[in-house]
Amino acid sequence: MIDTTTQSGAGVGDTAADRARVRAYQSCGDGVCGIEANNLTVIYRNGNVALENANFAIPTSTICALVGINGSGKSTLFKAIMGFVPLSFGDVSILGRPAGKALARNTVAYVPQNEEVDWNFPVLVEDVVMMGRYGHMGLLRIASKIDHTKVDIALERVGMTAYRKRQIGELSGGQKKRVFLARALAQEGEVILLDEPFTGVDVNSEDAIIELLRSLRDDGHVILVSTHNLGSVPQFCDQVILINRTVLDFGETETVFTQKNLHRAFGGTLRFHVLTGHDLHDDDDPRQVTVISDDERPVVLYGDDANNGEENTKGDDASQQP
Amino acid sequence: MNWFTEPFQYEFMQQALAIGVTVAVPAAVMSCLLVLRGWSLMGDAVSHAVLPGIVVAHILGLPMLLGAFISGMLCAVATGYLTEHSRLKEDTVMGVVFSGMFALGIVLFSYVRTNLHMDHVLFGNLLGLSWNDILQTGVITIFVLVVFLVRRRDILVFAFDPQHAGVIGINTRHMQYGLLTLLSLVIVASIKAVGIILVIAVLIAPGAISFLLTDRFERMLFVAIIVSVLSAVLGILGSYHIDSAPAPTIVVLLTVLFIAAFLFAPKRGILRQLKPDQQNIATVESASTD
Repeated sequence: MIDTTTQSGAGVGDTAADRARVRAYQSCGDGVCGIEANNLTVIYRNGNVALENANFAIPTSTICALVGINGSGKSTLFKAIMGFVPLSFGDVSILGRPAGKALARNTVAYVPQNEEVDWNFPVLVEDVVMMGRYGHMGLLRIASKIDHTKVDIALERVGMTAYRKRQIGELSGGQKKRVFLARALAQEGEVILLDEPFTGVDVNSEDAIIELLRSLRDDGHVILVSTHNLGSVPQFCDQVILINRTVLDFGETETVFTQKNLHRAFGGTLRFHVLTGHDLHDDDDPRQVTVISDDERPVVLYGDDANNGEENTKGDDASQQP
Repeated sequence: MNWFTEPFQYEFMQQALAIGVTVAVPAAVMSCLLVLRGWSLMGDAVSHAVLPGIVVAHILGLPMLLGAFISGMLCAVATGYLTEHSRLKEDTVMGVVFSGMFALGIVLFSYVRTNLHMDHVLFGNLLGLSWNDILQTGVITIFVLVVFLVRRRDILVFAFDPQHAGVIGINTRHMQYGLLTLLSLVIVASIKAVGIILVIAVLIAPGAISFLLTDRFERMLFVAIIVSVLSAVLGILGSYHIDSAPAPTIVVLLTVLFIAAFLFAPKRGILRQLKPDQQNIATVESASTD
């Protein structure tokens, strides 16, 4: 174990960044960090500061959610991890190696948003999954028997074997997502980045994806998921990074994913629906229900029979219900 | 059969056929990239931008192909630099750069007395080439073909998902400029045959037609080559019989093939889309019961 008290006492200053660094050091325990950022700063050419002094650390065998409003720097952070934007300051390391070296070693797999992909592209499902193997092949990218086997296994694991000869545009939203997950599986990257994996995905596929991510975590992978889907964060994420142009907080979901922190991360942009008093209870029970959502209005059901229409309250009207 | 063999008694027709096919193959391969990567305007831009290079090379007594290549690459690199360093979008920058370079070429051309024919530069001179021209074109096209086909899988990943290309260790910046170099080489090699204005047609149409017909990259390359070579051969023969210029005849043929593919393509043709898709429904069912 690392003796963190001497670390923090050994001349480290008392700025917020230093404290975050010490915490980052602690949070990976004695092992190697999955992904670690130190004072990560990205300033675009037009002077726009996309990320400033971002510090966080994600241990291995972890599913970590990346949560923040649009424009908070989520995609910039992904690009910084993948080496697509020059860092103005600070550094990122992946499994203890500088990000650039880790990329050359084929350690990072990326699952793009469905909107980023050209679905008319003339590739079949199995072609996309085979692209995951390219990093393991030679210069000419000639697939070996092992590569074909790994593609078969990856397709089987996401349940897409029956669709392997389909052109990718012929799939549903959830199936499309599973193809790219299979590519990440075939790549065998120890770090997997997923950008909004639940957008445009049906509930069954969402459950299947979460199940798959859990099993990958149990295999030791580091999984970083950017998501709008706040409701699913406590369900499957071990850790959370809250981001708004810098890292506001990071760590275990129970300690970080709190109402107060979400207020900080989202400012006035979240819908908060608080149900208290006689809206909720017939007695003096002081407990309240808080529903938080970003761009979609939640349906909140409460009562003996959730199917009973009279008890339904919806969205902003929640507190006006008798 | 006479329709096919008769024209080739003449050496100029043999030469036209040779260079037509020599250009058709790499143009077809490159057209697939242009269509998939959305680089059609880049092809147009580079082909126009070679003009000042051709004129300057002529003035300095350098090989025309060299001048054209340098000028074309300058356009591609300038476009990339200006896009990165301004708030303008790439297509805007490209429009400014290539029209500026093309206009400069025309001004230079009228200022300097040369024995170059503007018609030949603009529309090609398939019937007036020497075996030496054909040899030069052949060397360039073989180089482009070998590089493209050997690296086709990396090119596929780069065109499909540049971010994935980056995370598996492909240098996307080198890839981008490498492909622009290949594009410039194909344009330079084609210009004597089809000219600045029409080169864009042979650089887009085969890929566009093939894109409507196929579901797989390698099949797309193959179909594009067939379409391109077929149009070149039939266009050159047709132009002999109807006494028209060969390059525009090739382009008209490609356009007819494109319309045919648009209407009748088995999976994506417009006629197919109007009818309820029996076959496709059947395959969906068989796949889901697997």
